[in-house]
Amino acid sequence: MATFPAQFAALEPYADWALPSEADRYAKRLASTMPELREFYDAAMPLLESEADYLRGVALDGISDEDLNLLRCLQALVTVSFPVEAWHQPYVPDSGAASIDVTVEPRP
Amino acid sequence: MSPGDLYPRPEEGTWTEHYPDLGTSPVSFHDSISPEFYRHEQDAIFRQAWLNVGRVDDLPKQGSFFTKDIVAARTSVIVTRDGAGVVHAFHNVCRHRGNKLVWDSTPTQETRGFARQFVCKYHGWRYGLDGACTYVHQEDEFFDVDKSTLGLAEVACEVWAGFIFVCLAKQPRQSLREFLGPMVGALEGYPFDAMTERYSFRAENASNWKVFIDAFQEYYHVPPLHTYQLGPNNRDPNLTFEGAHYQLDGPHRVVSTTGVQKHKWPPETMYPSEVLLRSGNMGPWDAHDLDRDLVGINPGGVERWGIDNFQIFPNLEILIYERNWYLSYRFWPTSHNTHVFEADLWFTPAKTARERLAREYAAITVKEYALQDCGTLDGTQLGLESEAFEDYPLNDQEILVRHFHKSVGDWVDAHRRGLGDESMAPR
Amino acid sequence: MPHFGKPAAGTWTEHFGLSTEPISYGDSISPEFYALEQEAIFKKTWLNVGRVEQLPKAGSFFTKELDAAKTSLLIVKNRNGDIKAFHNMCRHRGNKLAWQDYPNEEIAGFSRQFTCKYHGWRYDLDGNLTFVQQEKEFFDLDKEKFGLAPITVDVWEGFIFVTFNPDPQPLKDYMGRMGAGLEGYPFELMTQKHTYRSEIGSNWKLFIDAFMEFYHAPVLHAQQATDEESRKLQEYGYEALHYDIDGPHAMVSSWGGMAPPKDLNMVKPIERLLRSGLFGPWDGPDIGELPEGVNPAKSKTWGIDSFLFFPNFMLLIWKPNWYLTYHYWPTSYNTHIFETSLYFAPPKNAMERLQQELAVVTFKEYGLQDANTLEATQTMLQSGAVTEFPLCDQEVMLRHMHTVCRDYVEKHKSESGAVLAGTAAPSSKGA
Repeated sequence: MATFPAQFAALEPYADWALPSEADRYAKRLASTMPELREFYDAAMPLLESEADYLRGVALDGISDEDLNLLRCLQALVTVSFPVEAWHQPYVPDSGAASIDVTVEPRP
Repeated sequence: MSPGDLYPRPEEGTWTEHYPDLGTSPVSFHDSISPEFYRHEQDAIFRQAWLNVGRVDDLPKQGSFFTKDIVAARTSVIVTRDGAGVVHAFHNVCRHRGNKLVWDSTPTQETRGFARQFVCKYHGWRYGLDGACTYVHQEDEFFDVDKSTLGLAEVACEVWAGFIFVCLAKQPRQSLREFLGPMVGALEGYPFDAMTERYSFRAENASNWKVFIDAFQEYYHVPPLHTYQLGPNNRDPNLTFEGAHYQLDGPHRVVSTTGVQKHKWPPETMYPSEVLLRSGNMGPWDAHDLDRDLVGINPGGVERWGIDNFQIFPNLEILIYERNWYLSYRFWPTSHNTHVFEADLWFTPAKTARERLAREYAAITVKEYALQDCGTLDGTQLGLESEAFEDYPLNDQEILVRHFHKSVGDWVDAHRRGLGDESMAPR
Repeated sequence: MPHFGKPAAGTWTEHFGLSTEPISYGDSISPEFYALEQEAIFKKTWLNVGRVEQLPKAGSFFTKELDAAKTSLLIVKNRNGDIKAFHNMCRHRGNKLAWQDYPNEEIAGFSRQFTCKYHGWRYDLDGNLTFVQQEKEFFDLDKEKFGLAPITVDVWEGFIFVTFNPDPQPLKDYMGRMGAGLEGYPFELMTQKHTYRSEIGSNWKLFIDAFMEFYHAPVLHAQQATDEESRKLQEYGYEALHYDIDGPHAMVSSWGGMAPPKDLNMVKPIERLLRSGLFGPWDGPDIGELPEGVNPAKSKTWGIDSFLFFPNFMLLIWKPNWYLTYHYWPTSYNTHIFETSLYFAPPKNAMERLQQELAVVTFKEYGLQDANTLEATQTMLQSGAVTEFPLCDQEVMLRHMHTVCRDYVEKHKSESGAVLAGTAAPSSKGA
């Protein structure tokens, strides 16, 4: 049983990024190596580009399990984009001791 | 000298009574459990005395820098070597809005490296290695700003025998050499600079800083606590310790030991690895010839000299070994009952793998026994904090402990009375 | 040579009649000053503690810990739909009334009444004491006299405010000219909410300072832009479009967030693909005409307005029609809790949801860089190594805020002194 809609099959190896909370996704990012982050990013970005129309068609009310997994996975891509595009390391530079934690997030 | 003494004591009969100001009564350790006393120490000692923050080896070239967070002095300092080779120290704070200036990714951690200048991460202000403010971002937006008045806040900084000291008093009452006095000062020509191979350790300990220093300034504890420093065939449950020579000079003190020249002992008295590696707690057996005068050591002129343990007020310890190597310890309070312990071991550089292993073994040995000393600390601190007793008896071999606590108390009293430093000068 | 115009006085600082001298940060490193701020500021002004959407129906409630005012609040919507605020404390023996497993943690939910865990006393949604366990054991207990201690509460544009001032000016007056200029902004449409919370090891005012000037943005946040963009920004430096001050409140209006950007290569790939970024989704919802107070310079390059409603409520209005709030709640003279909530119109599909996610996550990435420096700044200020600090014209809001804090504290000191000396009546209209 696939985690994501069919046209996102290339994301199946990264199904473990489809995490339900920002805290989980952020923690996984911090615990990953740069090669791991880049690999996920490289697999997901082309799909984000090619399937933009599909995403626009996914309503949030009554969202299917597959689409919800996809949404979560792409939310993870959002947090992973920072180490890959800006920081070149998993942690925010110069952020050493600080932490800012989500206490409210929308569902889905 | 009493019957059974190994070494002669002064004419008064004991080392302690040789210094009548010390007294011989039991001492209070209230100074090691009181948050209020710690606050006094911060102002009276850590913001007044000369503090060793590193060595010239930490600044190998022009542009080298390191930071030191001195919680006990409520500040952080940057130490630099500028383009002319001069060593400077500054408070690690930007003149714009007080941001900490030099740090890596975590501002509460120390950092080191090379730089041509320091750039504040916040608004991009820049400072040279000599502390001058060289660039104010969008300078036109400011009001009558004169960069020449916006240099980093300087901290008095002097180098002695390659050791870098800072003094946080705005006007240090003594120069560094005046502070160190003649007994410690005599070491200035000792070839520390020949010993450039370094092993460093760091620990965060759950006791007052002075409780750990005390562990190192008496060897009375060695036979019972460090029994295993002697090989299995050599242990004697009744072994005792006597220092060969004790000497005080102002707030500083030294003890010399003799006889532990392990490179001369029969192999069966030691562990197999000591014999195979030709090293141990006294250092690598095969000392390099230094071809220099070993000035300042063994001030008591004892025979078969082994170690000098110089305790330099307030929190620096330099141990010089007969086998031509040395180590330094520093004890940095972070609260009334916690401290950071730093250890640096310095050897003449190894030329072969065998020599390298001998040094490794010596360094690890120091750490293993230091851990035994550390291990007792939490318990000691808790015990003292119970305040079940008001005072504690100290014996003659613990004279340095007595002197240290008295010196700390004297500095705090003097500061609180607003006295100058004449009463603190070395004799 | 400034890029954007400055007022006739030559600088914003002088335009507002503020001194141009360096400031001291003595007000941020002193336990004594904080104790005075608690009385002079946090017990006198209007404090924003939430929004009406947090109380969707009768029985909705939330609690708020206010170390700054030395109390805990219970905020409730009663059966009439009115919002009430009380000290979160039982009238019997002072036990905290509404809490879950950890008394110091805030809670929210729905309840028909409040029951004290200790002896079972009950209060209704109007704070009336409705039930006392073993009432006969008491001595002439008149339940009507032991309702929950009320706190003055009012609502402005959906934001719930409380005040401990016994004689406050009306909330609408307190919000002043800049508040009036925001009336009608459709806050109530933006119900998609994300909240972050952080415990910061610095005085509350130091983090506010960080957000009241964008002078730092091209430097501290340099990596957030592409290399070339970053270099350009640092060369230009930062200038605001406009600053405004009204009593204790202040605002800055800034350019930014061109959407779509002129050169698509100037933004990061994720921003290009999601058509979103720090300033929000490139295509925001149509919310009609914006109120008069937004984009006061009426500039085509406008991107964001940031309002500080004294003492500790910041409201940021972003060009693509979304907004966020910042609150800074002191817990001691050198620690505080920072909370931010980001509000969007509900996303219609997964793409819009992801666009908002990027804006929200971007805020956090930036925010971490700002937050991280603060504890060290606090330590270095406390070292006393440096005691005066030059502020530039782009830091005019900082200068103003610290001045206002000092003024409130001085006023409180002279009034309390006068009361003690019996020469003046207690202050009226304290805000």
